[in-house]
Amino acid sequence: MKKGMNWLLLLGVVVLAAMPLLFIKDSEFGGADGAAEEAIKEIAPSYEPWFQPFIEPPGGETESLLFAVQAALGAGVVGYAVGVYKGRTDKAKK
Amino acid sequence: MNRSRLVSSCLLVAGFVLYFMLNEPQTGHAMHIMEGYLPLSWALFWWAVFLPFFILGVRSINKIVKEHPQMKLLLGVSGAFAFVLSALKIPSVTGSSSHPTGTGLGAIMFGPLAMSVLGSMVLLFQALLLAHGGLTTLGANAVSMAVVGPMVAYAVYRLIAKSGKQRLAVFAAAALADLATYVVTSLQLALAFPAASGGVLASFAKFAGIFAITQVPLAISEGLLTVLVWNWLQAYNANELAQLRLLKREESL
Repeated sequence: MKKGMNWLLLLGVVVLAAMPLLFIKDSEFGGADGAAEEAIKEIAPSYEPWFQPFIEPPGGETESLLFAVQAALGAGVVGYAVGVYKGRTDKAKK
Repeated sequence: MNRSRLVSSCLLVAGFVLYFMLNEPQTGHAMHIMEGYLPLSWALFWWAVFLPFFILGVRSINKIVKEHPQMKLLLGVSGAFAFVLSALKIPSVTGSSSHPTGTGLGAIMFGPLAMSVLGSMVLLFQALLLAHGGLTTLGANAVSMAVVGPMVAYAVYRLIAKSGKQRLAVFAAAALADLATYVVTSLQLALAFPAASGGVLASFAKFAGIFAITQVPLAISEGLLTVLVWNWLQAYNANELAQLRLLKREESL
């Protein structure tokens, strides 16, 4: 297992995410749901959405909270598994 | 080692090329079709397509858990990986953000059917709590992210893994699954909203043209992250992977 490779992989991900932020100045990087709506409105101006979400986060803050919760839940499970398997391997080595 | 250096420099180059290809940022699309934005007939159609895969997926997971109870935690990791990745909205070269899918990993380990369940759980969570995607469009979104994406991942992995290049196979599988998800979404939108002139094809070109560019760097990121997790699995879960008939004993890299 090459430690260096993993760091390079992570670096690649960070670079890919950071480059647009550095190079594209006049954009808010909005989540593009709105843009999809625009495109549909262009193609089919008369279309009306016929169903609304039951719960809509009241604003950006609440929405980012829920996204953070989602990421945290997932990361917690992954982290737990990392611990379990690492412990198992270390034990086997003794 | 040389190989990974090569890969990361290629990535840099690819990123710059993409950036310079774009003279001005345009807006891309989020990955899920929004609530209420598919006509009823299409919504029902995609639900009908999705349900058989979901049922097969439940059976597939039950079988895995019965035969290999020790795989439960790895199943959890596959689901959790999709959970984390689809919560990350990453900025892209088109000046808008979108998120990866994370379905490739589980598809490679457990086969595409298991992911039809895990992937749709992620979608359900986002539809109910985040107003991201939707219940009426869940069928369509699940077909793209939880059915077609994983199938592409599995097929690509099997194809490349034969040559013994494990990591390349994992990378390509995850990245192409991510891209395929968006292509299907574009197609679904194009079918539901054909353009007045040019019909479905013109609509598809419109949706897919934007999607493809927005998604390319994210697909690459997803590929890299999946390889990262794969490296970790090889270090600590070689037995499980061997049991899943995945790990060729000889290291290829």
